[in-house]
Amino acid sequence: MNYLELTLIIGGGSFVAGLLGALTGLGGGVVIVPLLTLALGVDLRYAIGASLIAVIATSSGAAAAYVKEGYSNIRIGMFLEIATTLGALGGAFLAGVLSTQVIAVIFGLVLIYSAYLSSKPKEDHSNDIQPDPLAVRLRMNSSYPTSEGMKQYTVHNVGTGFGLMGLAGVLSGLLGIGSGAVKVLAMDHAMRLPFKVSTTTSNFMIGVTAAASAGVYLNRGYIDPGLAMPVMLGVLAGSLLGARVLMVAQVKALRIVFGIVILVMGIEMIYNGLSGRI
Amino acid sequence: MTQKTSWTDQRVEVIIGNLLRMGVIIAATVAFLGGVFFLINHGIEKPNYHFFNSEPSPLRTVGGVISEAISLRSTGIIQLGLLLLILTPIARVAFSIFAFLEEKDHLYVVVTLIVLTFLLFSLAGGKL
Repeated sequence: MNYLELTLIIGGGSFVAGLLGALTGLGGGVVIVPLLTLALGVDLRYAIGASLIAVIATSSGAAAAYVKEGYSNIRIGMFLEIATTLGALGGAFLAGVLSTQVIAVIFGLVLIYSAYLSSKPKEDHSNDIQPDPLAVRLRMNSSYPTSEGMKQYTVHNVGTGFGLMGLAGVLSGLLGIGSGAVKVLAMDHAMRLPFKVSTTTSNFMIGVTAAASAGVYLNRGYIDPGLAMPVMLGVLAGSLLGARVLMVAQVKALRIVFGIVILVMGIEMIYNGLSGRI
Repeated sequence: MTQKTSWTDQRVEVIIGNLLRMGVIIAATVAFLGGVFFLINHGIEKPNYHFFNSEPSPLRTVGGVISEAISLRSTGIIQLGLLLLILTPIARVAFSIFAFLEEKDHLYVVVTLIVLTFLLFSLAGGKL
């Protein structure tokens, strides 16, 4: 296989990954690494570097659209980015220390968790309990637009959310993914943010988190131009198209199918990691 | 007063949205042009990604990437596009500092400065 063929295959695969990622809300980054390593035999380190680039592209592209809608909370995002960027730096250093087998097994576990999360319905929380005093001090409580006008919300468990975000950062820096699944866990379940606010704020944060490990990756030679270019352009094009189609498409069945694909990839990553094939 | 703050917030959000969009468009265009150039020159060569042997050193630092791109090497141009992409969220964080300053929100000026420090530390290769 020459560069031209490989570029077209990777570009096409990344396009599909970006499209499905946007349609299902699971993000395309999570399948890029298994696609490159399992299907094309690319070294895990190059795959992680290329995936990280794709994550920055989709996050920034989507955040550009979200911020205008007024859902994302810039203060919550910025405060939690202290945890995610620090975690991402730690994760990037860990990636240089751990063997690729160990990284592959962790990757597989995260994939399985993402698949599990995608099978659960999203629910909004009621705001009947007292907000975290820290959230008040940090001016995090805000409002967001709904069909019945602006709706107030309060923020809970800031400390737990911050800790989980640190973990999300470590995984992002270690695996080259956006860690959207862990971010949603932190903001939906711990901090009890409304669904719209947590998903858009999470997206807003993913690019900054990924940029925090990208510098270290670049310096370590994980980011290969011939590989990262088709991944970035493919995922970007796919996710932009996906965001448009999303307005009209019925995605429930697609979510289930994509969830199963991620589950299978997760099992295969773990198997390859344990058997030393990666 | 509340009214004014939210108006500023909204204006800031519009600027940030445009900043992100421009960054992604410019980065993707540069990487695409570099990619076309790269495939014209190297399209029929055989890549080897099965084994990791790190990128050549000029493609691993900010200064190296810029000088490779200026000398119009295709891999340097692609890498410049990728670097511009990495810089996009960093620029967003840097801009937020001015936005919080204008709102006299000193707490968040400090928060944002901490985040920016981590980002620049990474861009320098994680070395002090």
